[in-house]
Amino acid sequence: METIFQEKKAEMRADAVVNDKFIRAIEGTCVPVLGEDIDTDRIIPARFLTSITFEGLGELVFYDERFEASGNKKGHAFDDLRFEGASILIVNSNFGCGSSREHAPQALMRKGIRAIVGESFAGIFADNCCSIGIPAVRLKKEDLVWVAECAKGDPSAKARVSIEAGTFEYCGRVLAALQDESHKRAFLEGRWDAVYTLVEAQKDADKVAQSLPYLSFNVPSREFSDNAIAKKV
Amino acid sequence: MGKTLLEKVWSAHAVRELGGGKTQLFVGRHFIHEVTSPQAFSMLKERNLSVHRPDLTFGTMDHVIPTDCPNRPFLDSVAEKMALELEKNVRNEGIAFFGPGSGRQGIVHVIGPELGISQPGTTICCGDSHTCTHGGVGAIAFGIGTSQVRDVLATQTVAAQKPGVRRVEVRGATARGVYAKDVALEIMRALGVNAGIGFAYEYCGSAVSRMDVEGRMTLCNMSIEGGARIGYVSPDDETIKYMQGRDFSPPAEKFSEAASYWKSMASDSDAEYDDSVFIDAQNIVPMVSWGTNPGQSIGIDQNIPKPESMAQGLRKPAEDALDYMGLVGGTPIAGTKIDVAFIGSCTNSRITDFRAAAAVLKGKRVAKSVRAIAVPGSEKVAMQARTEGIDGVFTDAGFEWRQTPGCSLCLAMNPDKLSGRQICASTSNRNFPGRQGSPSGRTLLMSPAMVAAAAICGEVADARKSV
Repeated sequence: METIFQEKKAEMRADAVVNDKFIRAIEGTCVPVLGEDIDTDRIIPARFLTSITFEGLGELVFYDERFEASGNKKGHAFDDLRFEGASILIVNSNFGCGSSREHAPQALMRKGIRAIVGESFAGIFADNCCSIGIPAVRLKKEDLVWVAECAKGDPSAKARVSIEAGTFEYCGRVLAALQDESHKRAFLEGRWDAVYTLVEAQKDADKVAQSLPYLSFNVPSREFSDNAIAKKV
Repeated sequence: MGKTLLEKVWSAHAVRELGGGKTQLFVGRHFIHEVTSPQAFSMLKERNLSVHRPDLTFGTMDHVIPTDCPNRPFLDSVAEKMALELEKNVRNEGIAFFGPGSGRQGIVHVIGPELGISQPGTTICCGDSHTCTHGGVGAIAFGIGTSQVRDVLATQTVAAQKPGVRRVEVRGATARGVYAKDVALEIMRALGVNAGIGFAYEYCGSAVSRMDVEGRMTLCNMSIEGGARIGYVSPDDETIKYMQGRDFSPPAEKFSEAASYWKSMASDSDAEYDDSVFIDAQNIVPMVSWGTNPGQSIGIDQNIPKPESMAQGLRKPAEDALDYMGLVGGTPIAGTKIDVAFIGSCTNSRITDFRAAAAVLKGKRVAKSVRAIAVPGSEKVAMQARTEGIDGVFTDAGFEWRQTPGCSLCLAMNPDKLSGRQICASTSNRNFPGRQGSPSGRTLLMSPAMVAAAAICGEVADARKSV
């Protein structure tokens, strides 16, 4: 029941673009999912992408890492009661590499994750996190080792990711947390849902289109597509 | 000071700076498929936005297609639902669509260049990380998430961080039996799987100049496996030759104008780079992956590395990888038994790939213990293979030759999946745990010729000895 409630809340948050768009800080407890180069296939296996919505992905996050073929739990951090309700995910380097599937951060968000703290992130994954309002911040390797130990030692310890200050406050320490400047601004200015910002400059975009030689010498014809064929018939 | 292709294309397409290093970038070509676009169309609707330039978006279906039985409705009702949703969206929005049976359907990164939609000096986006493939024709092409697909649909622009450019020069000539895939795996091995974060890879050097454009696509395809969202080869005469006579190529009367634009966008010889690396082509041998990321690869004549002899940071990942793979450090990769052979995917499903594999397969039989599957990347590739009799070489050897193009066993979003701990010799791009559909399935990445050799021998073998 609790998880369903959390997922509902998470989904409401995903839709609440107007009400909840300024992201200055995230507070919560931490859950460590360690390992280098954790790819998006591991975060959400491709067979769960067979849907036309992102609904229900929360419970499927890290599925093959969490469950045996029989359905028995393997003892993953996401199934460890001590980490229940955690909203800050602690990871290592190159997290989110591989497939561009936004389903990966969507699944994490729907599992209750609000911020990710790691050594480094794959580019597309970091952008996808930003697009849905999840800060992904970088700590120094040695700081991360300490953070992961603290999280395992005291899962109830509260942490705070401050976007404005660029810090991660945890267990009495204030650590430098790096982030892409563009992501930082997008969160603070409430522009992480980029589409409205992009729409503002539509006229300028259309001018750029007019200046591109390849769009004038070669407007792609649609005569070959199925649609055109359908229309002709 | 000269400029790189990336700089030229970037400034030609820049709408405005968004602050913090992000540019609002005009997207010249946008591709969509059934997996990452439906939510984007829903988001548009929720926000009361419409598709701004339907003429610059192109749709196809590839990920969920059952390549052995494409009759509609698909047997898998969820796949059918995804197909219907895509078809509804392209119909409602007036977006060009290449469906199965159209003669132009295929894997999005195969058909884009093949139809001449992907052109040099353009910006290309698609909700798929292997969009970097289109860099093979000299485009600046990168994968985006679904929210960004929404952004492109709504505005034909995207907020993008301008990457640095790393010049990856492959010097000298590759030996016989060494393909673009081997070069790509060697680059991943040498540079690692995260060194490319924040970079675009510009591939150059005599080995790259000598590659045909399809080989360059294979090379660029793997850029994302090194962390680089973009990979490209500057357009040259080979590129221009490739662009001729394709369905969406500029018409004859405009072709020379187009060609001079394309050439003008090539990197200048005095361009400045953020980083440069050199790879010696003549030392590259056919490559095979032994681990769970594409950087964990070695030459066919080498032993699997011992974790204890590796650099500190690589040791633990190597131990975990060997544990997953059930392989032993210090033993040869050659002779590793395989259960499945797969030739296909956006990395290696073009006609040149099937020709290379057919040269190995001709007159031979797939080992009894091996299930071998070949899936052409597009309907045009399938047609060409038929014309050349290549499909017959595959079926005579005991391969299943699929009639319908699709992603198939690369990512197992369709009926093609490994089962249990099967080992698959695969021309795809990712050997991640579980990637091929079984949570404990194992993948050995290699070139089409090497997969063909492995299929015949029932184990990893040197394809150079087979032809």
